[in-house]
Amino acid sequence: MKVNIYLYIFVMAFATWCMRVIPSLIMKKPIENCFAKSFLYYVPYVTLAIMTFPAIVQATDQPLAGAAALVAGIVAAWFGANLFSVASICCVTVLILEFLL
Amino acid sequence: MAELKESRSKLYIEGVKAGFPIGLGYFAVAFSLGIAARDYGFTAFQGFISSLFTYASAGQYIGFSLYAANGTLLTLILLTAITNLRYILMGFALNQRMPAGTSLGTRMLVGTCITDEIFSVTIARSGIPTPWYTFGALLTAAPMWAAGTAVGISMGSILPDRIVSALSVALFGMFIASIIPPAKKDRAVALAIAVSFACSLACEYIPFVKDLSQGTRLTILAIGISALFALLFPRADEEDKMLEEAEGVTSGESNETDGEVRNEG
Repeated sequence: MKVNIYLYIFVMAFATWCMRVIPSLIMKKPIENCFAKSFLYYVPYVTLAIMTFPAIVQATDQPLAGAAALVAGIVAAWFGANLFSVASICCVTVLILEFLL
Repeated sequence: MAELKESRSKLYIEGVKAGFPIGLGYFAVAFSLGIAARDYGFTAFQGFISSLFTYASAGQYIGFSLYAANGTLLTLILLTAITNLRYILMGFALNQRMPAGTSLGTRMLVGTCITDEIFSVTIARSGIPTPWYTFGALLTAAPMWAAGTAVGISMGSILPDRIVSALSVALFGMFIASIIPPAKKDRAVALAIAVSFACSLACEYIPFVKDLSQGTRLTILAIGISALFALLFPRADEEDKMLEEAEGVTSGESNETDGEVRNEG
């Protein structure tokens, strides 16, 4: 059975908010544990990487266009393009390739 | 007291000014999120309130797809925690830098404002979090995020397929832009990203694993790969690094903002 969508939205917002305020509630002194610090350091990059690939290839009508957008985005970000430039470059790459293919 | 109030409103307005260009970018990326949300069965109103109260790109994307896949609330909570773990790290970083006498209420309010970009500008402004500046930035940018989601959901069906297909990668572009600069500075991060790409792709094909839900796979992979790298390449100074990156990102963005302002003028 499907969960009520408004309950679902509330739980998503509340759980996200908890992640934002938990440090304020529990932090008495800086974290010292090396494994915990290292784990927290890698989590954001690993999570975003997993979510990006292969999903970006599956998101476009033509898989090849999605793959090209991934490469274009990585190259642009590597050479210092900011967040919104990279997003735009990915979109334009798909637009052009799907027009050509 | 009057002086204090004046400096608060000054800081707030300064935050609004920082939040506006962030909000413009949010609007564009949220449009892309909205296209996904529409596919997952969310109406414009539902997408709007989701974005207004959650304002977390990756977390919302996973949340929306999980809803479509009939995920349980427990899975939702678990995945929200995993995809937003970085907020905990940022929360610790901010708390560590607030003056010792800062009240719990202020600390929680500043924590409530955390997003990747708001965290970056907050840290970059002076190194010491200034709450009213942060409030101004979030309260400007978050509504634009919510509006972008709603417009994406309602317009996504009007726009030609070709445009929708192109815009649907904007969100992934944002993810790429968040992970590549740190990878350039830190080989361990670059390796972690490569391993994540490979494992994520492999999971699409490996028997049994490919039948698990997308969320479950993400959770297992994220915990597994991060733990592996924490063991193989432990870090002692990650918060300082993160702060440096935050400053780098923001200085890059503010340069662009200057350019935009000049163009408009």
